[in-house]
Amino acid sequence: MSPHGNPETPASSATEINREAPKASPAPEHHDRSTWGLWEVFVRSSRGLSHVHAGSLHAPDAAMALRNARDLYTRRNEGVSIWVVPADAIAASDPDSKGSFFESPQGKDYRHATYYTKSEGVKHL
Amino acid sequence: MSPQAPEATETTGHGDISTGVAGGDSNASATRITPGNALRPEDIALEVKTGLAKPSEDVAEYALRLGDDALILAQRLGHWISRAPELEEDIALGNIALDQLGHARSFLTYAGAGMPNEDGTAKSEDDLAYFRREHEFRSVQLFEQPNGDFAATIARQFVVSYYQYELYRRLTESTDATLAAIAAKAVKEVDYHRDHSTQWVLRLAGGTEESRTRMIHGLRTMWPYVNELFQDDELTEKLAQAGAAVAPSSLREDFDRLIADVLKEAELEVPDVPAAPGGGRYGRHSEYLGYILAEMQVLAREHPGASW
Repeated sequence: MSPHGNPETPASSATEINREAPKASPAPEHHDRSTWGLWEVFVRSSRGLSHVHAGSLHAPDAAMALRNARDLYTRRNEGVSIWVVPADAIAASDPDSKGSFFESPQGKDYRHATYYTKSEGVKHL
Repeated sequence: MSPQAPEATETTGHGDISTGVAGGDSNASATRITPGNALRPEDIALEVKTGLAKPSEDVAEYALRLGDDALILAQRLGHWISRAPELEEDIALGNIALDQLGHARSFLTYAGAGMPNEDGTAKSEDDLAYFRREHEFRSVQLFEQPNGDFAATIARQFVVSYYQYELYRRLTESTDATLAAIAAKAVKEVDYHRDHSTQWVLRLAGGTEESRTRMIHGLRTMWPYVNELFQDDELTEKLAQAGAAVAPSSLREDFDRLIADVLKEAELEVPDVPAAPGGGRYGRHSEYLGYILAEMQVLAREHPGASW
């Protein structure tokens, strides 16, 4: 903490805070308080567009997650709205079952409008 | 401060920092990046150069005070980068430091216009930041106080952000258009700094025994320097009467009330400690400023006029 002979020697470093110690008041969001939970961040870049996944971060609770998201993911004017979601609240498809999950629609041209020839005389298509 | 050579800063308009990003492929990133449109220190430098912005000697001195406050705080907060308790907080403090540095650049650029060099040209932000000596700095002593532990830094941020918010909020109505414009940009940023420090005061105070003890200690460490923020003097009285500046004493009531609200919620007391003698506005500083300046100025003084 004190390079170049800087005399500011803190009483002790902030990283030495004992996170295992019992809390005076319990934080509601996280059962395991020894580490900050993981949150997924979604940013809406402007009105009318949908929120897009921007990345993830650690935060002790939802309020701080929003603020951390603002600091991490909107530094370059990226957004007008942020959602944060606890990472463990997201159910994701299994990457290993790609074949059975996502390859079935391939080759099924008839599910696309372009497969069909336009009937004569039909307007407004 | 400015990483560019003087020639390179003579840009007009706002489009020059967006190269290859805003105008490029918008699908390149999940989120879209734009430079936005806001007052930049370069715009003020341009106004100074073209003679559009010309502060009186008094206004320049006032701008120098506010600029020095922000500059010294930016340097202090920058020290947290790579040292904060968590990566996310590292960036949060870094962002706040950069906001402060931006305010410092604007104020110092404007101040320089009222403090000509011997050849009559305006002093640049770099002249003022890097080539003044300790007793020439006009920052109040709170800003140079050591970072201490995270709670001490939060305590300093807590005081500073509430003070600056009340100051800039009123300064947006300054009769001096440039001061008002700088304040209008700064007040929104400082509003977020208030929120940041408040969130942490509440969490540290309501966290563990350890964090609470540290928060109380941090507040006690910083509180002697609170008084100096609100002291009027001849300069501020004169400028406040003219409507250009804000009388520091006029901020005290709102500051006390808002601070008390947060401390009450955090179940903390306003520290009862004697006030430090102060004198920063007249170049009388605590023992810490010299070390900050040594570190901040060494490169510029070692290689005067260098650009990087």
